[in-house]
This record gives sequence, structure tokens and C-alpha cells, in this order.
Amino acid sequence: MVVPSLKLQDLIEEIRGAKTQAQEREVIQKECAHIRASFRDGDPLHRHRQLAKLLYVHMLGYPAHFGQMECLKLIASPRFTDKRVGYLGAMLLLDERQDAHLLITNSIKNDLSQGIQAVQGLALCTLSTMGSAEMCRDLATEVEKLLLQPSSYVRKKAVLTAVHMIRKVPELSNIFLPPCAQLLHERHHGILLGTITLITELCERSPAALKHFRKVVPQLVKILRTLVTTGYSTEHSISGVSDPFLQVRILHLLRILGRNHEESSETMNDLLAQVATNTDTSRNAGSAVLFETVLTIMDIRSAPGLRVLAVNILGRFLLNNDKNIRYVALTSLLRMVQSDHSAVQRHRPTVVECLREPDASLSRRALELSLALVNSSNVRAMTQELQSFLESCPPDLRADCASGILLAAERFAPTKRWHIDTILRVLTTAGIYVRDDAVANLTQLIGGAQELHAYSVRRLYSALAEDISQPPLVQVAAWCIGEYGDLLLEGSCEETEPLQVEEEEVLALLEKVLQSHMSQPATRGYALTALMKLSTRLRGDSNRIRQVVSIYGSCLDVELQQRAVEYNTLFQKYDHMRAAILEKMPLVERGGSQVDGEAKESKEAQLSETALVSTEPQASKLLDLLDLLDGTSGDAQPPPPLDPSPGGALVHLLDLPGAPPPPPSIPNLRVFEREGLQLNLSFVRPSGTPALLLIMVTATNTSGADVTHFICQAAVPKSFQLQLQAPSGDTLPAQGGLPVTQLLRVLNPNKAPLRLKLRLTYNHFGQSVQEIFEVNNLPVETWQ
Amino acid sequence: MIQFFLMVNKQGQTRLSKYYEHVEINKCTLLETEVIRSCLSRSNEQCSFIEFKDFKLIYRQYATLFIVVGVNDTENEMTIYEFIHNFVEVLDENESHLIMVNNSFYMLLNSIC
Repeated sequence: MVVPSLKLQDLIEEIRGAKTQAQEREVIQKECAHIRASFRDGDPLHRHRQLAKLLYVHMLGYPAHFGQMECLKLIASPRFTDKRVGYLGAMLLLDERQDAHLLITNSIKNDLSQGIQAVQGLALCTLSTMGSAEMCRDLATEVEKLLLQPSSYVRKKAVLTAVHMIRKVPELSNIFLPPCAQLLHERHHGILLGTITLITELCERSPAALKHFRKVVPQLVKILRTLVTTGYSTEHSISGVSDPFLQVRILHLLRILGRNHEESSETMNDLLAQVATNTDTSRNAGSAVLFETVLTIMDIRSAPGLRVLAVNILGRFLLNNDKNIRYVALTSLLRMVQSDHSAVQRHRPTVVECLREPDASLSRRALELSLALVNSSNVRAMTQELQSFLESCPPDLRADCASGILLAAERFAPTKRWHIDTILRVLTTAGIYVRDDAVANLTQLIGGAQELHAYSVRRLYSALAEDISQPPLVQVAAWCIGEYGDLLLEGSCEETEPLQVEEEEVLALLEKVLQSHMSQPATRGYALTALMKLSTRLRGDSNRIRQVVSIYGSCLDVELQQRAVEYNTLFQKYDHMRAAILEKMPLVERGGSQVDGEAKESKEAQLSETALVSTEPQASKLLDLLDLLDGTSGDAQPPPPLDPSPGGALVHLLDLPGAPPPPPSIPNLRVFEREGLQLNLSFVRPSGTPALLLIMVTATNTSGADVTHFICQAAVPKSFQLQLQAPSGDTLPAQGGLPVTQLLRVLNPNKAPLRLKLRLTYNHFGQSVQEIFEVNNLPVETWQ
Repeated sequence: MIQFFLMVNKQGQTRLSKYYEHVEINKCTLLETEVIRSCLSRSNEQCSFIEFKDFKLIYRQYATLFIVVGVNDTENEMTIYEFIHNFVEVLDENESHLIMVNNSFYMLLNSIC
């Protein structure tokens, strides 16, 4: 007798009725056995019901792989109820890794060409969910045909499937590119949304598509404008904004199309301003659209007024009560702070307010932004705020905050004393969280500030007397006391309160540090060395010190023991040398480890300095050269100021992403040849700046003798601007050694014909040579 | 782009999960537990966006149910926030009890996403 199978509802109720996990498992296992039996028997009438139950069980997390073949059978069946469950099962149970999935390709193909909307919809849905690369390739043409079907339901599904196909197989873009233009004219928002997504995917994956779609920017602008200006439409309005999802998608696409492209950006400017001012931001939907607008403004080549508007919108967001909006505003401001620093500075007080948020993600963002906003004018106030934040912030932010404060102090410290104070305060509040080199930096700083020795040693002594638990502080204090102990005992220092310190107290403190179980081995080492140094600085008897040192001669820690034994020997056998060895240390050279954020700045500063320095002497000689250039400089005008813009050179050197495509190449030119020394010029016209010409002068030496003191100078007509960068060297080794290169930047705003005169001075074969000549045969592309 | 869509109850059990990028089964469960833990530990005053590995999580609470969407960097968080609410409204309109008929979740999810 066949037991009638349960309906899905009944199964659900049974499962919910189970009180414990074990009971539930029992029920499900029993049912699965039924289902398996039913599949084996091949009962066509109830197959869909069995599969539905199986899918429910699968959703709860139980294995259901034995239903895969049933899905195939159900999909192939002509009944709609069967197909529906079959496709659903296919979406859930079959995916790329199962071998069976390719078998449904044929069924999908048949269903797609059938002409019944609901069935086509199902098939498309399944294809877009689990279509693998092979399936997509097979069925791409079918889907493309459906893109132009009269029924909007099918078209919508077809567009979504197309999006999935493009993601899986980007090469199919040439199939889906042509219909897009027509689909943009749709009135149905669903299709429009799908089309915009499709175009976005195409543009992201292929630069050719990007260029193609730049043409539709005006149309997109029109669509968005209608969306923004039409009134209330019940179907698409969400809290007063008509179809925010579509608006956001269009803005996103505009962003991709307008990036790095002047023309498109200009078309969008008005629209963006309109959207920014018209959108109602009292509800989340409006804020979402506004946020997307701000992101778009930031990314395209927008007018400066628009950028300021964007920053102000973000500032307004910051004042909003809603946490989400504030978070989003802080994130975007962080991205903008590099490019629009002054605009973001205006909102600094609000950002600092956000530091006090209880929410961890908000305060982290606010911290990053505040650190980015510190500059030389507001450093004192900001550091104050940041330090009070440091005292109260959660532990995971402390390390970042501490290192941030120290970095900012290094970059912008107005006075050395303030710097030392700040570092001291950070060390006392959050000493364990600072980076390892903070100690080294501080000691070097104090060492360098001679006038502050007394002041710092007193401050450190009082700090140490209060608290010996923070290793960096203890280490620095111990070092200072060791070095400048005599200043500590002297008595008065005008910058702090008078502190009467006895020798015994100092020694007791250092001993306490040595013996404390909280001190790390390194700290103990510092303390021991400090004690030794004090033996020469203090006027009193050094017996106590000698005692301590000899005790540590048998310490378990090898490092300490070694030190103690050496110091002991110093007391005993080499007492005469003790004073000399323990003298005050000279200033330590700062080893090149600068923090990353500074490294670039300092590199820039260095480059600008060297460029300035090396071009200075050339500037004076350039005057003579200009005089020699006939017919160009009437009055002896000084050459245009060689403003160091190493930033520009750095741009070339660093090879930033998003660089313009390589410009068309101009042929090289050999301009000079004498006794094995050759001079070649190569030209580059960067496509971003049409008035700029970069000339690379390369000197090679194939002769048997070195060329030394090689200097190359250039002069151009008055309407040009010339910058000579520092040459790579001034010696050309013989027999084809390393060539010397020098970069010349010529600005030609009037596109006048280029004339170039070169002057070379060098020593070759024991003779000093000077050559002056004008470069002929300059290719036309250099100045047109 | 949306990477995954989860519906989780307050006890931490996943009611619905849909992944738009291929993730292995064991990694799925691991991911879900971590995500759930970070969402459940947030209080009411904290914002709804969390940074989690290389995703961003946007979550919203409805009575005992948490809906969590994981997106990658390029997506506008506030739109997703609105989208979650839209999804719930649509579900509400079609089915009176949010928990009951699970099949329609998938159907709806497929039509909206």
C-alpha cells in the first residue's frame, strides 16, 4: 500500500513541532527516506512535491544531493508546476562544480525559444543564477534575441541574464553591446536599471566599450534629469525620492564614464549640481542619492566650485544625527583630504567632535581623518584633542592614535620643548602602545636639544618617580638620568618647579627599576648603564653603585650579566679610564628609518633641494648662453625662474595608475659626436599636457678615455620655459660605460617653432673642451 | 557588487543564505558565524556598516531577525541599506508572516537581485 506523501506545509509543521534538534533530525531523515524511495519509483505526479520538500530540507542545512537528477526530469516535463520546482531546485542544488549542470543546457534552450513568458522567465532566472561559462557561451545568442522581445517581463529577465553572462564570460561583450543603445530608451524602470547595470559591467571590463558608451552620456543625463524633476510617482517613489536605486546606478555609471575625461565631465556638471541641490535628504533614500552624487563629483574632472559643494554636503552630513550618514561622510572626507585639503580643513571642528563618538567604527574613521588634517597651524590644538582622545579611547585604537600623535608631533612641532612635552605625555598615557623606535627618537631628540637637557631630565625624573610600569618611559627616563644626572642634582631650572633631589633618591629609584618584576630585560639594561654613568657624574661615593653592579655580575639574564661584569671590571682594573668612557654621549646620527608617510615628503624636499642646488650654478651660466642665442633674446632677461617642481618629476618617476596612454613616439636625434663622445636627444610629448615637451639628453662615451666634469646646458627662445633637471652624473667612463642622462622640460604654450642651443663643457684626453652648437633638424612633432 | 545576502535570527541560526560568488560549504558556515557574531555584538547606537576582511557588511534588524548584506568596495552603502528595507517591505506585502513560506524568499530574491 502506498502511503500518500506529505504536502510541504505538513512537513514544515512537523519539523516545527519537533522539540529538540535530535527529534528534528529524526523527522527529516524519515522523510528523506520516503523521498528517496519515491524518486526511485519514478512517480511523475508527485515528483514536484517531493522535490519541494527536499529543497526545504536543504535550506535547513541537510544534504540533498540525491535530488539533482530529479531536477532535470522536472525541468524537462511539460507541466508548469513541475518546471517551476525543477528550476528552483536547479538554482539551489546544481552549480558549476556538479557535472550534471551542463545537462540542463538543452532544456533551457528549448524553454527559451518556446514563447511562453512565464517559462522563459524561469529559464532566464536559472541561467542567470547558476550559468557556468560554457552554458553562457552556448546560450548567449538566444538571450540576445530575447532582449528585443515585445514582453517587458521577459526583456527584464533577459537583461539580468546578460549581466550575469558578461560577468562570467567577458568576451561576450561584442554580442551584448549593440542592443544597449536601444534598451536605454525603455520606459520600464526595471529594464532601465538592468540596462544601466549591463553597461556598467561592460565599461568596467573593456576600455573599448568605455569609449563607445561615452556617447550616451547626454542621454543618461536626460534620463536622470527627468527622474529628479518629475513629481511623485506611486510606483517608483521611496520616501519621496523617485526610484533612488535607478538614480544611484545612473550616477555610478556617469562616474565611470566621466573619470579622466574632460568632455563627459563637463556635460555632467550642471546635472550633478541640480541633483545635489534638489534632493530631499530628510530620509535615508535621499541621503543615499546625495552620497552617490558626492562620490561622483569627487571622481570625475569636475569644476572646482562643484568640488567645494561636495565637501560642504559632506560637512552637512557630519552634523546629521544619523550614525550611518556620519560614517559615510567621514569615509568620503578621508578620500578627499589629499586632493581638496583646504576645503576639508573647514570642517575640522566637526571631525574632532566625532572623535568622542561611542561607536568604534566612527571614532576610528574620525581618528584617521583628524590625523590627516593636522598641519602646522593647528598642531597644538589638534594634539590636545588627540591626547584627550588617547586617554579615553578603546585599546585597539590606542596604538594608532599614539603613533599618529608622535608622527604629527615630529612633522609639525613648533618648538623642541613642546615636542618633548608631547612625547612625554603620550608615553605616560599609552606607553605600552607606542612603536619601538619611539624611544630611540626621543633620546635622539633630547640629545639634540642642549638647552632643554635640564628641563627634560627633571620632567622625566618626576614621571619616573610616579610610575615605573611603562617600558618606553622608563627606558628614556633611565637614559636621561644617566646622561644628565649632574643637571638633575644641580637644583634649579627655570622652566619647572624647583625640585630638590638627593643623590640617594636617584640611586634608589634606579635600583627600584632594576629590581622591579615589571621591568623588561632591555629596561634593566638601560637602568644598569645609567647607574654606571652616574658613578662619574655624582660627586658622592660610588660604593653603592659598585655594590649593585657586582650583584648583577651573577644575574641569570646573560645580557645583564655581561654588562655587570664589564662594569665591574671598569671599577676594578680600569678605574682610570672610567671617567673617559662614561662621558656624555655625542649626538646620535638619525639612521635613515623615517616613517612612510614622511618619506615621500622628505624625498620630495630632498629632490627639490638637489634640483635647486645643481641648477643654481647653471642659472648664472645660462645668462651667457642666452646672450649667445642669436635673434631670440633682445634684452638680457634673466631666464624664467627655475621653480622646482619636483612633484612633477616624481609623478613621472612614481608612475601613478591611471596615467594617460603613451604618447606617439618622436624619433630620436643624434646632435653631437666628437672623438667617441655622443649626445642623443629623445623626445616625449605627454598627452595630458600638450604644451610640455620632455627632452632626455643621453651622453655616451665609446672612446678609450674617461670624460670628466661633463656639464650640459641648454637655452631656448624667450617664449619658451625651460627647466633643467639634475643630471645623473658628470663622469662618462670609457669604453661604453654608464651613460649620463639629463632631463629637460620645455614648456611651449604658444606652440612656437622650437629652437635649442646646447653648450657642453668637459675634460677628455687631458684637455678641457667647450662646445656650443644649435640643434638642427628638430622634428616638427616636438613643437606642433 | 553584492557578495552575499544572509538572514539570521537572534540565536545565531541562519534562516536564509544566498551567495553570489562561489564560496565553499565549510567556509560558508565559518563566514556566517563570524558575521553573525560581529552583528549581534553591536548596540543600537552604533552605525549599521561594519568593515569585515575585504567586504563591507550592512545590516538591519527587524524584531528578532537580522538581515546582513555583504558588498565589495565599490557599492554605495546607503543604497544597500535602503534596498534591505525595500526587500522586507516587498516580502511583507506578499506574505503576512515573514518566516513561513521559504520558497517564495528565493523566488523574490531572484527577481529583485
